[in-house]
Amino acid sequence: MNYLIETNGLYKSYDKTKAPALNGLTLKIPHGRIIGLLGPNGSGKTTFIKLINGLIVPTAGSVTINGLGPCPATKAVISYLPERTCLQSNMKVSELIGFFADFYNDFSVEKAQTMLASLDIDPSAKLKTLSKGTREKVQLVLVMSRSAQLYILDEPIAGVDPAARDYILKTIISNYSENATILISTHLISDIENLLDDVIFIKNGNLLLYAPAEQLREEKGKSLDAYFREVFTC
Amino acid sequence: MILMTWKLDSDRPIYSQLVEEIRMQIVSGAYPPGSKLPSVRELASDAGVNPNTMQRAFTELERNGLIETRRTNGRFVTEDGTLIRSIRRELAGEQLTDFFHKMEQLGYQKQEVLSLITSVYEEESLQ
Repeated sequence: MNYLIETNGLYKSYDKTKAPALNGLTLKIPHGRIIGLLGPNGSGKTTFIKLINGLIVPTAGSVTINGLGPCPATKAVISYLPERTCLQSNMKVSELIGFFADFYNDFSVEKAQTMLASLDIDPSAKLKTLSKGTREKVQLVLVMSRSAQLYILDEPIAGVDPAARDYILKTIISNYSENATILISTHLISDIENLLDDVIFIKNGNLLLYAPAEQLREEKGKSLDAYFREVFTC
Repeated sequence: MILMTWKLDSDRPIYSQLVEEIRMQIVSGAYPPGSKLPSVRELASDAGVNPNTMQRAFTELERNGLIETRRTNGRFVTEDGTLIRSIRRELAGEQLTDFFHKMEQLGYQKQEVLSLITSVYEEESLQ
């Protein structure tokens, strides 16, 4: 079987005198799954995501996407929503769409426009004039308008109100390309748990659990959110 | 397309709840016999669940014969009225068994329960 992401002893330390951010992660992620990357603050979620995207390099171990280390070819198949915005705030929404269309071959302008319209976002508005929640929606629209093999969403719904959250989740479901994998990092588990095929729990840079969501519900008789609270009690 | 309100409980496997919901829509006639069902993606998006989970629910309903796939055409509710009625009868039976258990817990005898049903039914009809 060909896996989309494979990591082998993936290890990242930012400061030798302190515990590593990621402590030797080994896992295989297939195509066509929606996966929740769950863990408390500082557990290594964003470090893992940055390593997949090649934004930082591992101290030891390796990560491959379709068998390749992070490189332009892997970046072309990954649609990444970073935790912090990287967009120019003085650009108009419509200009950002043009920017993404130039950058990515798999970007659909039509899809982006449809999603913006259904979210009631004015394409002629400058990003900096929009509220935090609306800016997040714009970013998500840009990311979901690509037909990528891997979508990585780092805290995609944190700043959005609950009503819009439901709508955004539906937008994600209706727009990701078939056979793609979506990796969602969040601590708002109850909002997304019905969406997940699998969950990955990490704590202090270690893999605690990688299992199908339905299996956990069946075995534990509780929601993922309740189970998460049990596993990560302080 | 009929918009359902999906009440999903995160403590139980989602796919079995989807099976129950869709089965209820078919038995109650909200999805009539022979009618076309929305696509997996549409229903998944409507319910806020993963398309793979909805697919699994469809597979289960297909196994029970309640829905059938016509190649390239999509999924349809079965036209087998007898099957739908027998599943409806089965669900009604389950509800009644539950009900009788609860009445037993309240200390009612079988005969009392039957006359109680009649009198409550008449009270309701007056309202």
